[in-house]
Amino acid sequence: MKLSRIIANTGEWLSGAGPHDQIVVSSRVRLARNLRGKPFPGWAKKVERVAVLEEVREAVVQLPEMRESFSEKLEDLSPLEKQVLVERHLISREHAAKGAGSAVVMNTAQTLSFMINEEDHLRMQAIRAGLQLDEVFSMITQADSELEESLDFAFHPDLGYLTACPTNVGTGMRASAMLHLPGLVMSEQVNKIVNSVNKIGLAVRGLHGEGTEAMGNLFQVSNQTTLGEAEAEIIGRLNKVIFQILEHEQNARQILLQQRAETLLDQIGRAYGILCHAHSITSKEALNLLSFIKMGVDLGLFPPPNRLQIDELFIETQPAHLQKGLQATKLGAEERDSLRAALIRAKLKMMPEPEIGKIPTTPSTTTTSEES
Amino acid sequence: MFCNVCKSKEATVFLTQIVEGKMQKVNLCEPCSKEKGVNDPTGFALADLLLGLGAAQEIDKNPAGLRCPSCGFSQTDFKKTGRLGCSTCYDAFAEGLSGMLKNMHRGMIHTGKVPARLAEERERSRAISFLTTSLEEAVTKENFEEAASLRDKIRLLESGAGTEATRMNEPVVQIPLLAGDAVHGKVSANLAPPKSPEK
Repeated sequence: MKLSRIIANTGEWLSGAGPHDQIVVSSRVRLARNLRGKPFPGWAKKVERVAVLEEVREAVVQLPEMRESFSEKLEDLSPLEKQVLVERHLISREHAAKGAGSAVVMNTAQTLSFMINEEDHLRMQAIRAGLQLDEVFSMITQADSELEESLDFAFHPDLGYLTACPTNVGTGMRASAMLHLPGLVMSEQVNKIVNSVNKIGLAVRGLHGEGTEAMGNLFQVSNQTTLGEAEAEIIGRLNKVIFQILEHEQNARQILLQQRAETLLDQIGRAYGILCHAHSITSKEALNLLSFIKMGVDLGLFPPPNRLQIDELFIETQPAHLQKGLQATKLGAEERDSLRAALIRAKLKMMPEPEIGKIPTTPSTTTTSEES
Repeated sequence: MFCNVCKSKEATVFLTQIVEGKMQKVNLCEPCSKEKGVNDPTGFALADLLLGLGAAQEIDKNPAGLRCPSCGFSQTDFKKTGRLGCSTCYDAFAEGLSGMLKNMHRGMIHTGKVPARLAEERERSRAISFLTTSLEEAVTKENFEEAASLRDKIRLLESGAGTEATRMNEPVVQIPLLAGDAVHGKVSANLAPPKSPEK
């Protein structure tokens, strides 16, 4: 299977539906595993890395759930292809920077992906739309159980799964959910939430994980500790916190509607106006404005079938995605900005105009008739 | 302002450092600053940034120049990268790592998933270590009958493993049980755990 065929379609996590998918964009669980007695990728010599790569890749492609899959060495992917995978959260930025001795394997649905020789010998993840951490965990733990029949994973009787970085030792698990929180950002409550979530040992990060900016009002909430708690306990704790954030976001949107409806509609209307008419737009500005449109869809201002189109724009306007269909050489930033603006204009033109003047009485996406 | 480490005492030592172009500010109280060796500015390393304050100090508790016997990774390498060299490093640097892991995680013992092939083994090794402790006690109390029965249980568990340890202990199997005081004396001699001669 060619990568171009896989990336021609949006992944299941983007186009699919899931519980609470208005606010929870996606749920993801990744497990870190290493082979016993082999140096970790950061310390291994190239021959050792290549040997591990062959052994692990062989085991991964044999998995029943990977019957229809794509597998490629990082050195055989173009920088653009790597970047597309990063923008889809199928590989990490760190993995994209790797060359010889590293590889990626993913299924065609793009729900499972395996990074070989990232920071650990194997990092595997499952990702799906909406809030379904339990489901993605069972998907990935199933793959892990199948793999351990052929791979000898480094496991310590006290410390559990051993990882290159001591912050991942134990379960080797990082569970995270991507949340869209424009209501909390607009009502300036998001810092308070971030601080309190940090205090209970969970991390809140930007769009692309550690050290990245929170663009488009998108935030990743994940567990920070991996040792001393079972996987189910960690996910349970995370779920609880996410439900609370969900509730806060819904409340914030309600309060905005009741008390600052004009401001809210003004923001959504302005975002729509700019996106409909801009001829040059950076990915950051596009994400931030699309976030308002997405909230407008949630509030019932746009006819419901357009949700996917908007969600797709979040990904399609990212730098590498913009260029993926083009055979041309890499575009400069200015060319990308005008291409992005054209793409957004074209997509929005196909959508019926929203009735932004009307204030919805209840936030809903299932119907637009609540104003009557 | 409270100390970043103990979070209970007033911070009196304010440290600002530029590490690789990043400004790092740390507020400490008097006792914590001494404990963390703030007077020694080389003590702040990348390991601190990555793994939290005090990580590099924890690692420094290791004897100087300690290297992992399996992969040759040194504690200096860890201070530089914040990553370990291989799975054996966890044993090689166990002493320095334990304090760091305590600060970093919610517990010190993994309670989650265990690889199926190790689950039984893990259960067995825990049982063996429990029985061994009981056996040592029994031997100390000269309760040889109990010791012999415990030893049998241990041997039974170990025989399932078929490990090197079992093979090394094979001569013990030849000793007849409960056949008289002389034999008991011999049993206890064999039972003396090799790693704790002080008992």
